[in-house]
Amino acid sequence: MRYAMAIDTKKCVGCSDCVVACQTENNVPIGYCRDWVVEATSGTYPDLSMELRSERCNHCTNAPCVRCCPTEASHIVEGGIVLVDPDQCIGCKACIASCPYDARFVHPEGYVDKCTFCIHKVEKGEDPACVEVCPTKCMYFGDTDDPNSDISKLLKKRKWKTLIPEAGTEPNIYYLI
Amino acid sequence: MIEELIISGRMNPEIDPHLHAWPWYVPTDLFLAALVAGILIFSAFLTLHGRENEFPAAVKRAPILAPFLLGIALLLLFLDLSHKLYFWQLYTNIRWTSPLSWGAWTYLFLTPLAFIWAAIHIKTAFPNWTWPYKWIDTFIESLKGYRIWFAWAILGLSLTLGMYTGILLSAFNARPIWNSAIIGPLFLTSGLTSATAFILLNCPKGSNEKKLFCTVSLISLGVQTFLMIHLVMGYLSSDLAQVKAADLFLGGEFTTLFWILIVALGTLIPAYLHILYLKNIKIPVIVPSILIILGGFFLRYILVEAGQISHW
Ligand code: SF4
Ligand code: SF4
Repeated sequence: MRYAMAIDTKKCVGCSDCVVACQTENNVPIGYCRDWVVEATSGTYPDLSMELRSERCNHCTNAPCVRCCPTEASHIVEGGIVLVDPDQCIGCKACIASCPYDARFVHPEGYVDKCTFCIHKVEKGEDPACVEVCPTKCMYFGDTDDPNSDISKLLKKRKWKTLIPEAGTEPNIYYLI
Repeated sequence: MIEELIISGRMNPEIDPHLHAWPWYVPTDLFLAALVAGILIFSAFLTLHGRENEFPAAVKRAPILAPFLLGIALLLLFLDLSHKLYFWQLYTNIRWTSPLSWGAWTYLFLTPLAFIWAAIHIKTAFPNWTWPYKWIDTFIESLKGYRIWFAWAILGLSLTLGMYTGILLSAFNARPIWNSAIIGPLFLTSGLTSATAFILLNCPKGSNEKKLFCTVSLISLGVQTFLMIHLVMGYLSSDLAQVKAADLFLGGEFTTLFWILIVALGTLIPAYLHILYLKNIKIPVIVPSILIILGGFFLRYILVEAGQISHW
């Protein structure tokens, strides 16, 4: 099983509902966020194009944050979800430095925090909070190891990209372009 | 040209606008660890070659402070942890893929050995030294018989510690400035250079040891310069992320600090002063020594800071 997310950049309107839903669902402390929206503008004026995308931990298959963790607090569970165990985390911040996406942060209680793909919901067969709440339904969550899942079919049908592929982390968030 | 503007208001502390997870504790810890590694490498190496009496400052005097410097390095490492009460988790795991795990275990084994090493030598370094209890004296005297074994262990662990200080950074592919295999050998060499400066401060005036260590220091500075040139060349001949990262030293934010504190004050001027000293021109050795030690500190400080700013 390989959980992944596909985000349709053609449908995202940058409303940040996913950000608020995550903060509410996961009790993210005020002033912090586990997901965020990026507006990327490319080209030279007046030939500009803009892309909106919701970003978070990529739950990388080749996760440097897990490799560099000295205590195994950062670990990978069934389905490839990358998690942090607060009771094992010493707050050395090596994982923060190792993440090319800056997806992690130090929780005010001292341990390192980040997106969990809402594992507590996924285990019950539900979608992560950000996916559920998106008003344009631009986010898809599922198992890419299952060729019949919606996300697998979508990734076969549509063009997609991942972020900073040259970092070699094999991200599992796909952006439909 | 692609521009990315974060519009969600992601302003995670220590992450935005650019990473600043590691404050001054980390480069100071890396510097002290490399300095101690250098001091102990010289002491153990010369002991194994039976040159203890020729090099009393390097073998016996300089290592006396090593365990205390190591203690400060460990304290800084601890202070940097944001979840301090769980620090013991470091010692419930051995993680081969984590340089920090290697470093933590090396500290654990090297610190008591550094204390033993200092205790073994304290009487030769300070002839008037007395232990408060007779049994401590007897115990330490009995340890002297295992000096060679200790020297081998200290040499191996110190080399690991010296390399670790650089590998900790170079293992992070995510930060283009750190992503260079040169940083490990560079930090080890810089640790050795700082150690030569520290030993020079401990050498008696006009001694032969002082002259010899001046030469060693000069060679070490030369190797360090060669590695620094390689580091910058490596950035410039690499991908766009590293070329852009190198700009931080070549016109960008860290240019003045890098060229003045590390290249000029930390390397070229002390090297020139060493040459003058070797030509029998009176130079107070404290000047090049302090410059080298400060240069070693700033090398880590600037690389840690610049590395956190550089990104893909
Ligand atoms: S995005 Fe960052 S935190 Fe998430 S798995 Fe990849 S490297 Fe780790
Ligand atoms: S901060 Fe915590 S999760 Fe991150 S590397 Fe250190 S111990 Fe592991």
